[in-house]
Amino acid sequence: MSVMSIVSILFIAGGTFFFFGATVGLIRFPDFYARMHATGKGDTLGAFLVVLGIALYNLHNGLELGSILTSIKVVFIAIFIFLANPTATHAITKGGLDSGVVPWTKEKTK
Amino acid sequence: MDTFFITIGVILGLLTLVCLYRVVAGPTILDRIIAVGAIGNKTTAILLLMGMLFGGRLEMFVDIAITYALLNFIATLGAAKYFRVRKSIVPGSKYLKERGIT
Repeated sequence: MSVMSIVSILFIAGGTFFFFGATVGLIRFPDFYARMHATGKGDTLGAFLVVLGIALYNLHNGLELGSILTSIKVVFIAIFIFLANPTATHAITKGGLDSGVVPWTKEKTK
Repeated sequence: MDTFFITIGVILGLLTLVCLYRVVAGPTILDRIIAVGAIGNKTTAILLLMGMLFGGRLEMFVDIAITYALLNFIATLGAAKYFRVRKSIVPGSKYLKERGIT
């Protein structure tokens, strides 16, 4: 069990924790904007950590050219998710706001 | 280490099934779209885990994972642009005429 394996296990377990939090938020929050708040951040960090942990673990038995190139591709996936997921969140939230989805409020007091 | 990857894969699969509840029961169409986006993110991670479980042959699955992430992003952007222009999430043409769109 090298240090790299332990670090990648920590990354993947942390990413799974963030995925779990995002899913609980997606199920339990009351309206569209609050669900977007949960999944937009939790899923981004969860996918980033899991993919980065896999890229680290791919290098655990020796630094060869092929495995380094594969790890670079996997890191590209991580960077792409980190850029694209907040962009998609922003776009779909603006779409919902422009199409007239009413934000959730507490019971109106008269 | 394979046991760890299988455990994480099973946990992510169960979370995908939980997200599928929001796809089926979401009150609006936008809830369904964001739940499909969340499922797509989890699927990217599961594909890479499957690549690690295939005897360390990760390079077969990396391109599929890249394609899945790109398609997920483009699908969400397309839906967002559609609803921004349409200015309604209610199906049918009555609400479009009220807002002055053909």
